[in-house]
Amino acid sequence: MAHTLDNEFINPNSQIKSPPDKDPMLPCLFSVEQVKKETHDTFTFYLSPCENKISFPFQPGQFNMLYIFGNGEVPISISGNPSDEDRLVHTVRLVGPVTRAMKNLKRGDVLGVRGPFGNSWPVYEAIGNDVIVVAGGIGLAPLRPVLYKLLSQRDKYGKIVLLYGTRTPEDILFKRELEQLRSRFDLEVHVTVDRAQQSWKGNVGVVTRLIHKATFDPLNSIAVVCGPEVMMRFTALELEKHGVPSDRIYISMERNMKCAIGFCGHCQLGQTFICKDGPVFRYDFMHTYLTKREI
Amino acid sequence: MENLEKILAEHPFLQGLESHYLDLIVGCASNVKFDAGQFIFHEGEEANQFYVIRNGKVALEIFSPERGAIEIDTLEEGDVLGWSWLIPPYHWRFDARAVELTRAIALDGKCLRNKCEEDHDLGYQLLKRFAHIIEQRLQSTRLQLLDVYGTHS
Repeated sequence: MAHTLDNEFINPNSQIKSPPDKDPMLPCLFSVEQVKKETHDTFTFYLSPCENKISFPFQPGQFNMLYIFGNGEVPISISGNPSDEDRLVHTVRLVGPVTRAMKNLKRGDVLGVRGPFGNSWPVYEAIGNDVIVVAGGIGLAPLRPVLYKLLSQRDKYGKIVLLYGTRTPEDILFKRELEQLRSRFDLEVHVTVDRAQQSWKGNVGVVTRLIHKATFDPLNSIAVVCGPEVMMRFTALELEKHGVPSDRIYISMERNMKCAIGFCGHCQLGQTFICKDGPVFRYDFMHTYLTKREI
Repeated sequence: MENLEKILAEHPFLQGLESHYLDLIVGCASNVKFDAGQFIFHEGEEANQFYVIRNGKVALEIFSPERGAIEIDTLEEGDVLGWSWLIPPYHWRFDARAVELTRAIALDGKCLRNKCEEDHDLGYQLLKRFAHIIEQRLQSTRLQLLDVYGTHS
């Protein structure tokens, strides 16, 4: 049965929260260990805590507030491996003044980190099912921890499919890792780009066109989708067309998050707060909001 | 021909088609093979066939003098290539190039066009199926035009 937020809101993943024993508004200091350029406008930062004793457990799908002193704070999903609690990995796209300031960070520079916040992708609910991971553009970054988690417990899941679409071949994130994933026999990987020159030997076309190429059991699958809202909307529709029920499709919303703890109200959507109750939502809870204007 | 009949009968594009129509279509079918890099058709040429791709990969391209060949879509196993044979003036609107060794079933569109004129039920069945493909490709093109991965998204 489809639910809407106005009538009833129970987010099945909302039980995972940030630790309550620390002030959620107080950032911890982290130093930049390494900066890796992924594409012309995307960088991955490897951060280690300035205080050696801090470990940083997180669940796939959670995000941190990264504070660049003198510039501001932005919510960024964690893109690293959940089993590595000693360092934080964030993949950032340059879209505004704070992320542009981040680009200038060098090894040893210090920034503030609040988090982790938000709920998780349904990696535990997906046990015993096929898993369809659909990523668009920078949306692959928040889904990379899901892939790490699934592959670390590979025998617990059925088929695992990764469908990734981005703008051009030059915009493909984590290229080397994608190549490694493609060479695995226990994972199906399809990549497409929206436009390309003749030198590109892969697929051209939107990510929704990859769904019919993938093999999965629609009624026993969990789909996790992350990317621009329009992409998620059309992907969810296509998944439904292929028989995946809407309550088995999960999307990640990332609208206007400011405080990350539900105080400021910037990310309020109906009766819910994206930062506190999300960012991962079941599509059947969220779908009416995806097409609603002026919210 | 038995093999072709089986392949075509099982293809989603022709599923549910009455057997006498299927026989007629099989009569217009032949196996074809394209090497990697070989053009299947060029923009502006007369469009007299369409193809059901059995395996391989085909790039649909537009050539721009400034930017070279721009790939706009990729078709693979199970996809149907080409509908210009059905719509006047029956000329291809894009280039189609095999990206890798590609095997397909070619269907004689010119012959089918005439059959459709004679038998409008067949024409409706084929148009209905092509309308579905055209709708899917149109939706994809609209999404591509939105440039959802641009910095504004």
